[in-house]
Amino acid sequence: MTALAIIDHGAGNLVSIGQALERAGADVRVADRPADLAGVSGVVLPGVGSTGTTMERLTSAGFAGPLAELDVPLFGICVGLQLFFDTAEEDGSRCLGLIEGSVERLQDTPRLPHIGWNDLEILRPDPLLVGLKERPTFYFVHSYAPVPSDPDVVVAVAEYGMPFPAMVRTGRRVGVQFHPERSGRNGALLLANFVAECGEAADAA
Amino acid sequence: MLRRRVVACLDVRDGRVVKGTRFIDLVDEGDPVALAARYAAEGADEIVYLDIAASPEGRATLLEVVRETASQVFVPLTVGGGVRSPEDMRATLRAGADKVAVNTAAVQRPQLLTECARQFGRQCVVLAIDAGRTGQDRWEVYVNGGRQPTGIDLVSWARAGTEHGAGEILLTSMDRDGTQEGFDVEQLRAVSGAVEVPIIASGGAGRADHFVEAVVEGGADAVLAASVFHRRQLEIGAVKAAMAAAGVPVREVA
Repeated sequence: MTALAIIDHGAGNLVSIGQALERAGADVRVADRPADLAGVSGVVLPGVGSTGTTMERLTSAGFAGPLAELDVPLFGICVGLQLFFDTAEEDGSRCLGLIEGSVERLQDTPRLPHIGWNDLEILRPDPLLVGLKERPTFYFVHSYAPVPSDPDVVVAVAEYGMPFPAMVRTGRRVGVQFHPERSGRNGALLLANFVAECGEAADAA
Repeated sequence: MLRRRVVACLDVRDGRVVKGTRFIDLVDEGDPVALAARYAAEGADEIVYLDIAASPEGRATLLEVVRETASQVFVPLTVGGGVRSPEDMRATLRAGADKVAVNTAAVQRPQLLTECARQFGRQCVVLAIDAGRTGQDRWEVYVNGGRQPTGIDLVSWARAGTEHGAGEILLTSMDRDGTQEGFDVEQLRAVSGAVEVPIIASGGAGRADHFVEAVVEGGADAVLAASVFHRRQLEIGAVKAAMAAAGVPVREVA
């Protein structure tokens, strides 16, 4: 069974993510300190709230270094993805710096926050998107989105006012701006694909 | 393209779904988790739980229901009723809610919205407002489950609430709630024109075309109903089909 850790930084909803991963066959543990990451085949970094507050909690729990050095797949969700980048415009905070770029407020939107179901325009194939139909819908709830320095890391975009990166990958680091744990069957499939990716990475190691 | 949401609302008391005309003549309508699962399967884009007892014991029961729902139902869940502090909000989010609605406590102390937004992000802070008409294009905010008028003007409060940190407004028309005569389109237009955040229309749903009106004429981003769904008077799929036929983008029912 694939052992996965979900990082607990004190605010988010871990219930739905944990259940979805377990349904896909993972053995899930909640990690509230870096030692909990030992021996896992993959890590999920969820997020709700502001990047600054979440980053502070991660740093004070000692996660920043271990996440940068992680050699297993890392999956960021919403603010979890935003933390992959260098800086957040919201409060000027430093993030994990795993992928070059910043996190900026969505521009030219009809309303803000962007709340609801929106569809993905898939720019390139990705293991997490296997089995999804064209333009699958997912649930979004956010006001900020990543702006990567290298556009080639963007796997899929969504459009709200203008297109913004909704899924980003560099190697084993992958993240989505939407909430797969709240996105019905599409989300369950995506999370199951992450469990499979972790299993395959562990087998290959 | 962002889809307009059809939201199923469950008023919960002591672990059961109840519905009267919101606060009186309560009728037991079933088990919340089972109903939420049914609505998710039928295509609801979001589920709202409103704890209408909001007593300390009721609150613990509600969080248990939220936990159970979050582990079985994979659509967004908004929870409100009795939230008075960032700690209440944290407990609700931890139990599995995606967004938390505040009403009376925010009117009494608007700073609560700011504190919650700072800790959890404004995208999960929903300001629930109950409002009743007082004149031409004027509505008054009510608190304590719609029992107590405040003298506060709806549009001013909607503006102030979003400035304080609310990321969405759940607007209930007390004049329409339970009547099935349609949403208060004028009220919706007044609020959606005054604030930047999304509006969930509530109160008055009776027919599928009411949902269309709330979006097209009222400017609502989401439309909410309770008893018409509980009693199977309207199917969510039929509501979405009517919206799609009117050119409103909706999420396909899987």
